[in-house]
Amino acid sequence: MLSWLLDPLHYEFMRNALAISILIGVLCPVVGSYLIVQRMALLGDVIAHCVLPGLSISFFLGIDILIGAFTSGLLGTFIVAWIRSQSRVKVDAAMALTFSSFFALGVTLITTLKNKIDLDSFLFGDILGVTTHDIYRTLIITALILVTVKLFYKELLFFTFDRTGAQATGLPVNAIHFGFTAAITLTIIASMQAVGVILVIALLVGPALTAYLLVKELHQMMGLGALIGLFASISGVYISYYKNLPSGPAIVLVSSTLFIFALLFSPAQGILTRPDSTVSLTSLIKRLGPSKRS
Amino acid sequence: MLEVDRLAVNYRGVCGLDRVSFRINPGQLVGVIGPNGAGKSTMLKAMLGLVPSSGGRVSYCTCPLHQQLERVAYVPQRSQVDWDYPITVWNTVMMARTRSLGWFRHPGRAAKEMVEAALERVDILNLKDRRIGELSGGQQQRVFLARALAQQAEVLLFDEPFTGVDKKTEGILLNIFDELRIEGKIMLVSSHDWGQTLTHLDRLLLLNQRLIADGSPQQVMTPENLHQAYGASLRTTARTTLDTNLFC
Repeated sequence: MLSWLLDPLHYEFMRNALAISILIGVLCPVVGSYLIVQRMALLGDVIAHCVLPGLSISFFLGIDILIGAFTSGLLGTFIVAWIRSQSRVKVDAAMALTFSSFFALGVTLITTLKNKIDLDSFLFGDILGVTTHDIYRTLIITALILVTVKLFYKELLFFTFDRTGAQATGLPVNAIHFGFTAAITLTIIASMQAVGVILVIALLVGPALTAYLLVKELHQMMGLGALIGLFASISGVYISYYKNLPSGPAIVLVSSTLFIFALLFSPAQGILTRPDSTVSLTSLIKRLGPSKRS
Repeated sequence: MLEVDRLAVNYRGVCGLDRVSFRINPGQLVGVIGPNGAGKSTMLKAMLGLVPSSGGRVSYCTCPLHQQLERVAYVPQRSQVDWDYPITVWNTVMMARTRSLGWFRHPGRAAKEMVEAALERVDILNLKDRRIGELSGGQQQRVFLARALAQQAEVLLFDEPFTGVDKKTEGILLNIFDELRIEGKIMLVSSHDWGQTLTHLDRLLLLNQRLIADGSPQQVMTPENLHQAYGASLRTTARTTLDTNLFC
């Protein structure tokens, strides 16, 4: 068992892959918890797709991808907000149109600017190609966001629970919203290499949602979500190594499997285990019992 | 004194509130009544700058109200709150202290005592560790009442606090309104259905985009005023109920 765990660590690319998995395994559920409680999970998906044109331009200009992707991701959210404020268009439609347009622009730019970007690795992640530079970038982003969440926890709690109430007491809700959008964009950039822009939403939402079914407070949701995210990303990397599967999908599938378990068996909210459940585990066993005998 | 002067709200060309003016003195409990869509919630929100106003001024002690929001407690409609949010009763009420604690500071003993006292006052201290989604409608309303109390504000705005609450909560709300009145607070309470509670009010504002009447409940609830506010939608039965509650 120990050698099963340690063998992959002989390779540098696996050590790098595990390092980045640990970081995003913790970071994504913390940020994702805020997305879930604000019913804004799709915003993560929007930003993830909107970073693509920025990536392409960064490669073309030879600048750090962080700059281009960050600007492009934020621009996407501003356009969604602008369409909403200037017309009767509802937010879901504005989001769908914006993110698909940005995505199309990104793919077009990659072709026209003749970038040497491997589109597949950005779409689905290439955790085995992670460099030390990537790890440092992710480490800085993770530290920055976790410290910010710790420092502003009570304000963020108020803002995400009752935005009108927070505004009514004079909290700077627009600044908080901007900071929040910036944090999601940074988290996506940090996770892009590992799981890709298409699947990053699963890591943002999956572990946090699993935790949501098991606990009763936001900070517990973040803590347990981070543990689940850590488990999903590390085990995903090992599965991908031993079974020769793509790492991004492996991480996501572990996380989704854990969610299904919580959905069925959470003590307070599980479909089979909650107190008011009509399909309780015991009745299910009882029902299965006689049918087996017959 | 709280002074609202020609407050108006326009939303994409639709008039939400038409130059509403009134004044409230400390120790007054004022009700806002009107049909659905009359602009009651809009007025409360516009007073705090939560929705942009297209004209008018709201001042408290001669300064603009939106510059002294720490002196105001706002209780939103129960339907506007996400009751599935992962938070306990205790931490919901603790939010009241967020602003006065300031950035980077955690609640100390004083804040905890204030929250405890507020929960005690609305009789839900025993539920403090419950998730808010597990409470009944009345208990949920009391959580927000406790949050307003813990804020120790001077001006309190309540949006539809009596909607969907049980008799016990209604009684607690009215008792606390009485206590706050004695403490000299300014209270503005909106409701689309006052029922028996009308008699507890010092004053009533009848609203339907514009201010139709302002005075004691008896002065305001006249057939002419009600007809102006509700038009044909106020059935005779509803009016009889109002009359019975008010004058019997």
